[in-house]
Amino acid sequence: MTQPGTDETELIEALRRGDEEAFAKLVDDLSPALLRLAMAYVPSRAVAEDVVQDTWLGVINGIDRFEGRSSLRTWIYRILLNTARTRGRRERRTLPFSYFRRRAEEGSDEPAVEPERFQGRRGEQPGAWTRPPIEWSSPEEVLAGAEARRVMLEAIAALPPRQREVITLRDIQGLSAEEARNALEVSETNQRVLLHRARSKVRAALERYFESEMAAV
Amino acid sequence: MSQTAKELSCRELVELVTDYLEGALEVSRVAALDAHLAGCDGCDTYVEQMRQTVAALRGLGDGETLLPRTRETVLAAFVRDLPSSGLGLLEPG
Repeated sequence: MTQPGTDETELIEALRRGDEEAFAKLVDDLSPALLRLAMAYVPSRAVAEDVVQDTWLGVINGIDRFEGRSSLRTWIYRILLNTARTRGRRERRTLPFSYFRRRAEEGSDEPAVEPERFQGRRGEQPGAWTRPPIEWSSPEEVLAGAEARRVMLEAIAALPPRQREVITLRDIQGLSAEEARNALEVSETNQRVLLHRARSKVRAALERYFESEMAAV
Repeated sequence: MSQTAKELSCRELVELVTDYLEGALEVSRVAALDAHLAGCDGCDTYVEQMRQTVAALRGLGDGETLLPRTRETVLAAFVRDLPSSGLGLLEPG
């Protein structure tokens, strides 16, 4: 289990004491990722903003009862997920797509790379690349640019909700595998499968972007 | 390509990249994967691109921030609603 460090214990005490500065810092640190995660459930940025607001109000109400059995961050993510799921259902008034997609999302039938890019069973070297990836040129600069950002955001927006949740928590917010697993209540293996699908798709989107850039030159 | 590398095809390797980067792969599989990477530019580039993708994603969270109005509402609620906030309310000991 996650052992709360001294910093975490101090933070919780500061919050219970009513330390406004500590609370403001926590809100500023976590809200960006909470917003992205909320957007996986609700139809608009405005509703996501409401969900994050309600989450913080839930944190204020619940902090005295927080028992420290998970990390503070994990506990806050759980409040957000409950709020967002309830709100998302209300907004759509139907079962979310994720309900139907869930099995497929965690299945292993979704290849990381299109099978056409590898030699078939009767090839000289079955499973070897026929069209290998080409090294990206100056990836650091390009990936930090606004255009690549848009490509990644669109790729994430197109992911099934659970893949989007995992990649948001792990890669955007930088949670550990264990923290993400606890927040989302998925098994270790499923967490990794979802992350793999999500990362593979974002890489593929970036590859298409780099290729279109190279073709344009 | 070495004998070990031949056992793992490129098509199989791309499905193991996350387990590999997460340190969730058995030692023998890691060795097979490393051997394959040493002799395969395509897969080496692929793994590198997965690393670059993860690094780029890390920078994405910064852009989105709460509207100032929401932030104020939340901070005001903290000051108002937290029962123990304010001076002189701490229990002794």
